[in-house]
Amino acid sequence: MHLLPLIGIAIVVAGFAMRVNPLLVVTIAAIATGLAAGKGIVDVISAFGKAFLDGRSVAVVWLALPVIGLLEHAGLKERARMVIARIHAATTGRLLLAYLVVRQITSALGLTSLGGHPQMVRPLIAPMAEAAAENKYGDLPQKTRNRIRAHAAAVDNIGLFFGEDIFIAIGSILLIRSFLEQSGFEVAATSLAFWAMPTAVCAFAVHAVRLVLLDRSLHAELSREPDAVPEREGEAA
Amino acid sequence: MIGLEFVNVLMGLMFAGVAIVNLRDRTSPKRYVNGAFWGLWAITFLVGTHLPNFVNGVIVLAMVAVLGIWKLGGAPAERSTREEREASAMKWGNKLFIPALTIPGVTVLGTLGFKYVTFHGAPLVDPKQVTLVSLGLATIAALIVGMIMLRPPIRAPMIEARRLMDAVSWAAVLPQMLAALGTMFALAGVGPIVATILQRWIPLDTPFVVVATYTVGMALFTSIMGNAFAAFPVMTAGIGLPLIVGKFGGSVAIMAAVGMVSGFCGTLMTPMAANFNIVPAALLELPDENAVIKVQIPTGLVLLVANTFIMYGFVFRK
Repeated sequence: MHLLPLIGIAIVVAGFAMRVNPLLVVTIAAIATGLAAGKGIVDVISAFGKAFLDGRSVAVVWLALPVIGLLEHAGLKERARMVIARIHAATTGRLLLAYLVVRQITSALGLTSLGGHPQMVRPLIAPMAEAAAENKYGDLPQKTRNRIRAHAAAVDNIGLFFGEDIFIAIGSILLIRSFLEQSGFEVAATSLAFWAMPTAVCAFAVHAVRLVLLDRSLHAELSREPDAVPEREGEAA
Repeated sequence: MIGLEFVNVLMGLMFAGVAIVNLRDRTSPKRYVNGAFWGLWAITFLVGTHLPNFVNGVIVLAMVAVLGIWKLGGAPAERSTREEREASAMKWGNKLFIPALTIPGVTVLGTLGFKYVTFHGAPLVDPKQVTLVSLGLATIAALIVGMIMLRPPIRAPMIEARRLMDAVSWAAVLPQMLAALGTMFALAGVGPIVATILQRWIPLDTPFVVVATYTVGMALFTSIMGNAFAAFPVMTAGIGLPLIVGKFGGSVAIMAAVGMVSGFCGTLMTPMAANFNIVPAALLELPDENAVIKVQIPTGLVLLVANTFIMYGFVFRK
């Protein structure tokens, strides 16, 4: 069997392992894959140029940046923090859990554009999740802030991925149906959406447990001051 | 009819603005490098549609050369202190959320509503691109609301966009570049080769092994391609349809539905899914570009095991 076209995968794995700039690695891998398929350099660059142009629409999220930047300058993140500071029951884990519920349900209704990292997570969800921890434990070490932010980004992804597949008109279900149809199988969109539900329930359960554990681990990490002890006795009484 | 090209030009104008702000910034040592990088990208949006494919390919290679030789400069400092922003946050109160929430609000309205809007009998917005066009229009609407409310100098939005774009830096282009790599993989026939290797090396003679190979294969191949949509046809044609359905008589719908979400588990765990994993790390200014992936791996692995058992438990039931 001819294995040469796999050279692109090898380049990507090696490049990421050696921490070369990913954009550079991916470009080299794309050109190398084209050449390995036995095409001439002009054809490869043309095919690469066309493929890059066809993918332009993924950049649409950046259009949110002028207004988000403007609002950040006017104190949007600080405002998000203030709102959370007033809710005493808010913890980082609970707040992210609430966002997970909203993100998963709205995605399941086809409203996938209600979330997203540039427009929701950076200006609103991440500062709120940080503020919830600040309320309880005071100023946070940068390492902890980074960890909370990474969790905020992850919740957006998990809610989206395991919610959107329940909506019958979403891209993945359309793709599944058209592929199966080409292979001679007729499958109803509703039955595909139905069978995405067990996984959606599992995803919610698994990640909810992890967010509860995040709260515990933040508590263990940040409440080491001696005055934490009498407080715990007070709770028991 | 408003379609994809409208959104392309809008993005091109914004990236051109980011390039110009960079070029005019005398305090930045990397002004020409960043200006060239964003400027070249802007050209592919503004006029790329009318250029030959080869020229577009050369422009993209030039962008990557600029990055590889001179390295991009980082973001400039914020123009205000935290105290100033807190004072401004007190002044504006929760009104600050209005422009921010205009983006998702108008996007959803447009996605649901543009279907019914026609102009001289033709749809006003290309029905295939409704979500993209709605998102593009929503960002304009939000910017107008923000400008009327806050009354900043007219160049403020572009200066802020430049600060954020330079913070995200090259990661902003990575999702698009990975999509191009996926297309090149497809041209070179990478998928069928991987499916053949799996079939050859794994003893696919019991239902459980076949199901596990399909779900884990979906996750693995998605990790390589960065996209479950690219993995699905390959794994389903190679293993799902011939073995789970053909040989062992499983249900097509259950196999396909659970197979796709098994691919999504792979998406959670790979830097190749840059728009979900690498871009937010850059956007949230995390020093470790894999920080989001590290958080997602435990959930991804547990879910992959769960998917395997869900499929095994239901797919063969009559």
